[in-house]
Amino acid sequence: MLEEIKFYQTGSNTVGNRLLNPSMRTIQASGDRPNTLISGHRACQGCGEALGARYAIDAAMRATGGQLIVCNATGCLEVFSTPYPESAWRLPWIHSLFGNTAAVGSGIAAAAKVRAQRHGDQTVPRVIAQGGDGGTTDIGFGPLSGMFERNDDVLYICYDNQAYMNTGVQRSSATPPSARTATTMPIGAEPGADWGKGKNVPLIAMAHGIPYVATASVADLRDLERKVEKAMSFHGARYIQVLVPCPLGWGVKSQLTVTCARLACETGFYPIFEAEYGRVTGVRKIRQQQPVLNFLKVQRRFAHLTGKKADPKVLARVQAMCDENIKSFGLLGDDDPQPAPTAVQALERAERI
Amino acid sequence: MDNNQKGLEQIEGSLGVAKAVALARPGVVCAYPISPQTHIVENVGKFVKGGALKNCEFLNVESEFSAMSVAIGSSAGGARTYTATASQGLLYMVEGIYNASGLGLPIVMTVASRAIGAPINIWNDHSDSLSQRDSGWLQLFCESNQDAVDTHIMAFKIAETVGLPVMVCMDGFVLTHAFERLQLPSQEQVDAFLPEYQPREFLDPKEPISMGAMVDPDAFTEVRFLQQRKMVKALDVIEKVTKEYREITGSKSGGLLDCYNCDGADLKLIILGSTVGTAKDAIDELQAQGNKVGIISLKSFRPFPYEALRAAIGDTKNVVVVERAFSFGARGIIAPEVERACKGMGTHISTALCGLGGRAIYGTTIKDVVAYAQAGKFQEEFTWFDINSAVLNRYLKDSEGITLPDGPLAESQLCESVRKVLA
Repeated sequence: MLEEIKFYQTGSNTVGNRLLNPSMRTIQASGDRPNTLISGHRACQGCGEALGARYAIDAAMRATGGQLIVCNATGCLEVFSTPYPESAWRLPWIHSLFGNTAAVGSGIAAAAKVRAQRHGDQTVPRVIAQGGDGGTTDIGFGPLSGMFERNDDVLYICYDNQAYMNTGVQRSSATPPSARTATTMPIGAEPGADWGKGKNVPLIAMAHGIPYVATASVADLRDLERKVEKAMSFHGARYIQVLVPCPLGWGVKSQLTVTCARLACETGFYPIFEAEYGRVTGVRKIRQQQPVLNFLKVQRRFAHLTGKKADPKVLARVQAMCDENIKSFGLLGDDDPQPAPTAVQALERAERI
Repeated sequence: MDNNQKGLEQIEGSLGVAKAVALARPGVVCAYPISPQTHIVENVGKFVKGGALKNCEFLNVESEFSAMSVAIGSSAGGARTYTATASQGLLYMVEGIYNASGLGLPIVMTVASRAIGAPINIWNDHSDSLSQRDSGWLQLFCESNQDAVDTHIMAFKIAETVGLPVMVCMDGFVLTHAFERLQLPSQEQVDAFLPEYQPREFLDPKEPISMGAMVDPDAFTEVRFLQQRKMVKALDVIEKVTKEYREITGSKSGGLLDCYNCDGADLKLIILGSTVGTAKDAIDELQAQGNKVGIISLKSFRPFPYEALRAAIGDTKNVVVVERAFSFGARGIIAPEVERACKGMGTHISTALCGLGGRAIYGTTIKDVVAYAQAGKFQEEFTWFDINSAVLNRYLKDSEGITLPDGPLAESQLCESVRKVLA
């Protein structure tokens, strides 16, 4: 069967779109793709967030037959897509505030339901709320948790670039340890972001028992599309967190966005999995395991871990973190385990005590 | 809702407001508990769950910030939207409050006015409502529960006509928890007055729009100018909607302001909210003694009815504003607006600060204000009227070695007491 054939392109791990039968091709490969986030917006070259949003929202447009409303947190995606009087969005779209996007989504979903009831419409438009990691894991976390526990019919997509990029690369609770940000400079005895801090929002989302939670990355856009389509097949609260490298904030060459995202997955740095009703149902296996050094060394935010003055002990700690992820999520091998992963921060915190 | 058209109902103010809100057939109501607003949304929730209010989504959210945010989403999504809050809750949603007016969303929200902490205090004054003076919302004050019932129904029409959100400010506990005879309009009357909400534009997949774009210096001032134009339009809309509502229901509520006993009065008190009722009784007694005092009940604080107020004050040279909040480091909040309204008229305007944190304003308080004003003792702009110097002196005597005299304290006495210590 097709699934068993590995259509990797020569010299890369990219699945060759052209070799797939048409039903398996990406939505973006289609000439009549919705282009919901149209060209002409003002994102940086190589922006992972723009890439992720384009694929995710187009996939949702296809899944809902165009019956889709999006609300957007304050952040790069909002700023680069809607400088008045322009808008790059070809669907109903609203930006309200930084920290309230999940609640705005709940309100839109409630209004859509009531309007359909009152006007006798059969189709109720669906809602996606989206934001960056700062708007999701920090300032918008209360409303997000509220939307989850009420099981409101909203898909929340977090574009995770691991810091506050729009305000100039400050640390968020999604920033990995040792990473350089404007508020965690690579100076002092423990350069970069502190160890033993941060939170794993996908696991927290799962703890709400919501229908669907997934992580994804812009390294595997077909997987992202599939997960968005799957999310839209559920009703109730859903959460997808997409790893979207930020060339500016990470200090990555703009042509390496996808490579960098792939290395995050292939090293175990960023586990890709999905869960239904609080249980992990699938894990994206590592195809060719790489040492985390390969991921770190393409980014200036980790330059202090890979240069001549680097402390090998810190590098070993990052590698241990990845190894823990691989073990905890079952990212290696061919078996189909049902892992009950814990947040990787737990390892570090346990060791500190 | 099966309200008895003819009969009066002896009910709690909060229940009356909940019934009024239900008569307006909102599509989405969101709620987070805070005293003294809770009974209103509890009752609306009951109507939704019991089926009396149909095709309405009632959301129990996790904070006031989310209550306002859900309201933003549902209003932008094309549903008539209602929520209620007070005090700390109002402050917790402030970012959303400004956002809702900027987006031009016709949300209606009750503010069951209550003091702001610290020190925490659950009782009534106007420091919460007036803190949102510059938020871009219309702010309508209610003097009675009947006024609150009617104003809520009118508020939806005003909001949807103007394209701005409306705060209906009713005094916490004093009104929300008071049982009074209320005349609720019938559903037929309200349906005739307020048809199903037809948003001019909303988040509709059939006609996609982008809302909440980033506006740079090229157009920001102009956006604000247009918002201010809406506020000016609102003055006219409030009067028209009030007239229409009164014709349908026979109510006397609403309007920009209301004058009581003002013809030929040589002293006029300007009052917001439930104190108006107390003051009317007190003034009636004074009238019997040949004392001619008028009351101007200021209903619309935002937009501020400068022209209507100037006309209402007329030739009267002595005006006292009874204020239930003030601005730290400055003075009254309402009196400066009255000054603007009366510019060039030679009117003497002063503030009697009363009733903070639920300190009761009795009929005697009003009579004292009148006596003080008629004796020409409001020499200064701002006076702490119902202050208890015994409580102050218990602290000041030990800590700073000074005491303050009994009775109302003018701002200059406060300043003098500071200078004395500094010297």
